[in-house]
Amino acid sequence: MRAGRSALLVAPTGAGKTLAGFLPSLTALAEHPASAGRPASVKARGLHTLYISPLKALAVDIARNLEAPIAEMRLSIRVETRTGDTPSHKRTRQIARPPDILLTTPEQLALLIAHREAADLFAGLSCVVLDELHALVTSKRGDLLSLALARLHRLSPGLTAIGLSATVREPDELRRYLVPQQPAPPPSLVEGSGSGVAMADLVVVRGGAAPDLHMLDTGLTLPLAGHTAWQAMPAIYDLIGRHRTVLVFVNTRLQAEYTFQELWRINDANYPIALHHGSLDATQRRRVEAAMAAGQLRAIVCTATLDLGIDWGDVDLVVNIGAPKGASRIMQRIGRANHRMDEPSKAYLVPANRFEMLECQAALDAVEAAAQDTPDARLGAPDVLAQHVLGMACADAFDANLLYNEIVSAAPYATLSWEDFEAVVDYVATGGYALRAYERFAKILRGPDGLWRVRDARIAQQYRMNVGTIVESAKVKVRLARGVRGKPGAILPKGGRVLGEIEEDFADTLTPGDTFLFAGEVLRFEGLSEDEALATRAGPGTDPAIPSYAGAKFPISTFLAARVRALIADPFEWDRLPRQVSDYLLQQRTRSVLPGPTGLLVETFPRAGRYYLTAFPFEGRLAHQTLGMLLTRRLERERMRPLGFAANDYGIAIWLTRDVGERIGREPDFLEALFAEDMLGDDLEAWLDESAMMKRTFRQCAVIAGLIERRYPGQAKTGRQVTISTDLVYDVLRKHQPDHLLLKAARQDAATGLLDVKRLGMMLRRIQGRIIHKALDRVSPLSVSVMLEIGRERVYGEGADEILAEAEAQLLEEALG
Amino acid sequence: MKPPFQNSEDAVLALGQRLEKTTRAPGLTLAGETLALDLCGGLWLGAHRTLIVSDLHLEKGSAFAARSGQFLPPYDTRETLACLHEMVVRLDPARVVALGDSFHDARGPERMEPGDRAMVAALQEGRDWVWISGNHDHAVTEGVGGRYAETLALGGLTLRHEPTADAPEGEVAGHLHPCGKVAMRGRAVRRRCFVTDGKRLIMPAFGAYAGGLNVRNPVFEPLFPAGFTAHLLGDGRVFAIGKAMLSKD
Repeated sequence: MRAGRSALLVAPTGAGKTLAGFLPSLTALAEHPASAGRPASVKARGLHTLYISPLKALAVDIARNLEAPIAEMRLSIRVETRTGDTPSHKRTRQIARPPDILLTTPEQLALLIAHREAADLFAGLSCVVLDELHALVTSKRGDLLSLALARLHRLSPGLTAIGLSATVREPDELRRYLVPQQPAPPPSLVEGSGSGVAMADLVVVRGGAAPDLHMLDTGLTLPLAGHTAWQAMPAIYDLIGRHRTVLVFVNTRLQAEYTFQELWRINDANYPIALHHGSLDATQRRRVEAAMAAGQLRAIVCTATLDLGIDWGDVDLVVNIGAPKGASRIMQRIGRANHRMDEPSKAYLVPANRFEMLECQAALDAVEAAAQDTPDARLGAPDVLAQHVLGMACADAFDANLLYNEIVSAAPYATLSWEDFEAVVDYVATGGYALRAYERFAKILRGPDGLWRVRDARIAQQYRMNVGTIVESAKVKVRLARGVRGKPGAILPKGGRVLGEIEEDFADTLTPGDTFLFAGEVLRFEGLSEDEALATRAGPGTDPAIPSYAGAKFPISTFLAARVRALIADPFEWDRLPRQVSDYLLQQRTRSVLPGPTGLLVETFPRAGRYYLTAFPFEGRLAHQTLGMLLTRRLERERMRPLGFAANDYGIAIWLTRDVGERIGREPDFLEALFAEDMLGDDLEAWLDESAMMKRTFRQCAVIAGLIERRYPGQAKTGRQVTISTDLVYDVLRKHQPDHLLLKAARQDAATGLLDVKRLGMMLRRIQGRIIHKALDRVSPLSVSVMLEIGRERVYGEGADEILAEAEAQLLEEALG
Repeated sequence: MKPPFQNSEDAVLALGQRLEKTTRAPGLTLAGETLALDLCGGLWLGAHRTLIVSDLHLEKGSAFAARSGQFLPPYDTRETLACLHEMVVRLDPARVVALGDSFHDARGPERMEPGDRAMVAALQEGRDWVWISGNHDHAVTEGVGGRYAETLALGGLTLRHEPTADAPEGEVAGHLHPCGKVAMRGRAVRRRCFVTDGKRLIMPAFGAYAGGLNVRNPVFEPLFPAGFTAHLLGDGRVFAIGKAMLSKD
């Protein structure tokens, strides 16, 4: 790094890699000190090092950690942060007189490079440090950052880029990300690829003490489904009692709420146990973080919000409830305990059902083998590129050829064709419509000199207001309403405190009287008032009636799923499993067969007057839901009368009126045809058009690409009237211009996002010719697990007419009764 | 989880069912006139061979582009006109009444594409075409054919854009873009709707980009002091749903 070469620094958590990333900069700045007390020379030196973190709080934390050694060594080095909270006078000053080291986020960097002074500000930049790179590159934020990085490389050709990453299996993708890819041939010769591959150096820090990791075995028999892990609560509580500070990770907010409540129910010692998840009020979260840093808490129940980097206090144990879902994720979480490299991090995995025991064992194996998931290489998203192109026009007039060459030097966009780039520029200018309706309103214009410029200051302002790739779903506040004394059921509309926020989509589904878990309590929904959901505390002992609300639900990783499949398929491995799991698998082998490591097991059986078809692809809930939708369409067309389906991370169950097992036995090709890969063709297209998930995906693309303006807190109320429903826009666009850039962007997202089509496609290819059908008289042990999901899960936006018909029937009843 | 095929019919199938169902569209009586509620959002007065549509908001997309630099797909006008065309072909009305806010703003007609303008002319040919004035397009529908009126009396009915609180029985109005929401078992469905109490009727907005206002909003209360029934436009037919079953937003 001293030699100015870009590098990827891979190290386990706790190895001090963040400070290592700054060492070259600190050394360089110390060797060329600015004379103390002479700001002019500071200005002359300019911005030396830029640090980018995925979390605002992490940037602030690192700044604190840097200032201490700088002060101790009496170095004249100025370190500052720039986040959304930085006051405007300070922002202005940071441009005019930049610090030596600036710590910021990808979004703030995007704003900086779109600034009129960007060329001056970054001309002398020596080093950029990208922290937690493995977490950034898998998302659209990574795309945005890659484009900013390409611009920095152009503004400062000698720039050194340092990426900091936790252990990853295939670091080459991250190494490419850091350095400019070879300039592409001239536009006329480009055919969508052909850019060369350049890579940053790789520095790997090995070792660190192996984690002290166990599966929590309470000795109790676990159920075949369910995710609450209620059996384990006393054991977890016991662990809390025997440690200083325990981080209890869960996968969803619902689990967080449940776990928090259960722990308090048995909290006889009154340990300070707190709750932390993304829906809670921000001030409440800050309070929890502060209390944790001050060592005042014994345990924090949290979701992915605390996955990344910050060392809040002295955590000596991590407990992960539920399925680990991915080897890298579990390593990251374990690393939250004991941030010292020479001591082992201590952690327990807590399975909530017997399948999760399998998944936990697979994760333990993976951690022991130091094996990690490989993040898929991302194809840069077109909506992010559109945002960037507008930003570049705000910075300065641009030449399309030069900008194209710069963009394809960013690894995610290395294969972008000139035509696709032109389509993005056209989109930014006038919306990219075949009907040239908006020429006279163009946002960017090409001048006689051939350069593109932003139309006016208002457009630039619009860009600044809409920068970033994180699109929060619309939220409503949850306010505790006060009851009226002596009037049960009556509430005062105002006055209670705000508990946090829930997704508008979820609030929409609530009817007064519904009970749900939130902020550690069972609440009773009382109604909506303006933009707030009013709720009261439900009576003690009330069970929450509404099972779930939207929250992070990651599917099991491909890598871990393969390990689970291998574990099931090989009975010689079973002695490492808890007895109840191996017994269960043994029963499955006796009564049916075991799913193989690569093929697909399909079981059929009758039950209670219906016929069932179950299959076990192990590809995660999202891919299975998509598969379920497509299979039921096909079965309907084959007149098998499917009635519904359920899915979990491991398999799906479909129930039908007709005997599907008999049909498979009679027609040898039926099953292969049913699972044929071509279901991803027309059937998928037809379903996508109607899918509520697709509409949600489209909305996100539309916001990122600037078609729809972002909604800000407080604007929500007027928002409904001023903004236009993206569902309406989606319907009109797909009818009149189905190949529009934003529809392409939404489809690209659907492939990997909510619908996981890509993974489904890989599975369908894998199982060709390897489907094993087992016709059974009754449900098999394996099928029971997925049958138990029936009624638990919902897919939004389907069967609207059924709901309406039911509401209509009520009116008829009133009329007749 | 419900099976998907119950609402995601192929487009063709949906259209076929739509046509079939609308011939049996729910009828209701208002001031002695028989009204058919069309699944497309139009109101058909068979006795007068008159089709009423409200709040077309033509050129709303281009209005956003002109005003705020948001480039919504510029196909809303042709989409709205295509739906209207489908109904006109099916019902062959002698008269079409556009119940106000036919254009999103006063300059809408200027911005209209020639093709869309021709479509309007084709729709108007051979029939009486009445533009009722709205608040968005007050007396500006010039150069787009047809005739203009503030209100129109038709049998026992009075057609006007904005509903009036103390109107006599038989008022048919638009303006409010009513939408009904049904929430049940953790699911919510929000659809455009007709609203009526047997004395007056408020039409759903017809325009492709027209938004909706929940019928449980207080502005509907003085208009329907004794409650109302909302007729929601479903995927396959129109559903009559009582006020008690409708949720607020």
